[in-house]
Amino acid sequence: MTTRDETFAKVKELIDPFNKKGVALTEATRFAQDLEWDSLTVMDFVAAIEDEFDIIITMNMQAEIETVGQLIDAVEKLRDKA
Amino acid sequence: MTDAGTIPEDKPVDALTGAHTADLLSKFDPLIAEREALLATGVRDPFAIVMEKVLSPTEAIINGKPTILLGTYNYMGMTFDPDVVEAGRQALTDFGSGTTGSRVLNGTYSPHKDVEEALKEFYGTSSAMVFSTGYQANLGIISTLAGKGDYIILDADSHASIYDGCWLGNAEIVRFRHNSVEDLDKRLGRLPKEAGKLVVLEGVYSMFGDIAPLPEMVAVAKKHGAMILCDEAHGMGFFGEHGRGVYEQLGCEDDIDFVVGTFSKSVGTVGGFCVSNHPKFEVLRLVCRPYVFTASLPPSVVATAATSIRKLMHAGNKRGKLWDNSRRLHKGLKDLGFKLGTEDAQSAIIAVILPDQEQAVGMWQSLLDLGLYVNMARPPATPAGTFLLRCSLCAEHRDEQVAEIIEMFAKAGRHVGCIPS
Repeated sequence: MTTRDETFAKVKELIDPFNKKGVALTEATRFAQDLEWDSLTVMDFVAAIEDEFDIIITMNMQAEIETVGQLIDAVEKLRDKA
Repeated sequence: MTDAGTIPEDKPVDALTGAHTADLLSKFDPLIAEREALLATGVRDPFAIVMEKVLSPTEAIINGKPTILLGTYNYMGMTFDPDVVEAGRQALTDFGSGTTGSRVLNGTYSPHKDVEEALKEFYGTSSAMVFSTGYQANLGIISTLAGKGDYIILDADSHASIYDGCWLGNAEIVRFRHNSVEDLDKRLGRLPKEAGKLVVLEGVYSMFGDIAPLPEMVAVAKKHGAMILCDEAHGMGFFGEHGRGVYEQLGCEDDIDFVVGTFSKSVGTVGGFCVSNHPKFEVLRLVCRPYVFTASLPPSVVATAATSIRKLMHAGNKRGKLWDNSRRLHKGLKDLGFKLGTEDAQSAIIAVILPDQEQAVGMWQSLLDLGLYVNMARPPATPAGTFLLRCSLCAEHRDEQVAEIIEMFAKAGRHVGCIPS
């Protein structure tokens, strides 16, 4: 497994509790449209991701992240920086 | 997102060019439909109340009916204070109806300087800057303090004006779970050490009426080298020895760098402000866009504010009465079986939590029919997607009125079925 695969696996694990409809996850899955998350769910989920990877995803960055793939990109980038 | 596949047939077509005009308001169709469905059930629109006559800080005529006001934030009941009204009348005569100008051009009259003096006396600070509204005070101060490369760290339940202040500026925005000291600590710890940081807190959070654990939060913010702004919109007038706010009551006066507040609650008029002891504070007058690029408050408004603020410095009796009222209402509603936003009366806001829009609107309507006005609040303004009836008390509510209010809640609650009969 590459680090990206590992990150995807971890992100998937953190999405699962919020994936009420059991949507099949790929990198193209969109948080708003496919998972139908509202802003409160996003807040809880982002906090979980931040704590897991010990990073900060600012609200400015969150505005640009629409898909699982984009989130993984962001996590990878922020971890490299840390 | 909008479904791109459906093009409404009645979309206007320009006769000459044949071009379609995308209706920019169609994004609000779901909200329009939701409101129409709600109003079709026969309830009055909770967001379109008209006060035909205002009899006192606690009573108005709505729909031809005398109604007790329990949703005005008029905490100290200063709106009809004879000295306050007279100060406004005099300023109207002496200075006219408005300034037609910015504070930094032709819009600073002596009453504007005087209200800033009154604020400095009230807060014991070296500087005070008055804005045209409380919303603009947050918008201006937050967006100006935190620039590119700086970080704003805010509570998730922050007021819209704080969020909008963040979006107006160029700083990086980080939020933490409501009132969680641990969450704030963790997030601050992950930010670059050398970066400028502004932690934004509120003394009282206006939806549930809960207060912030300021001493713990201030300690954490200081540990990480952040400056602190505290919004005391709902705390001014009746928290702390001088009525400065929750931060005074909890002993954080030396640690808060900027206090933001409003004239539209305890002070009883309209306007916003920021007070501070920062030695360079005055420069903000030149660089804060929501301060510079708008007209200043009418002289009558600032004159009423100055008089009211100075009276609030000696309003110990009113403070005591307000706290009594708040505790009595909280206990009364709790005893009836309502679910409330806080375990005990932490502020002058008592929030009644209802499970859904139907019950919230039903209760709201029943109370209005009985002669009581409260605020209805719904997502996205509310935390955790809750529907609330928000009650805010006034020092001028009489004991009989508080008893009457509890009685009306009992009747309405049984009628709608949200408390046991």
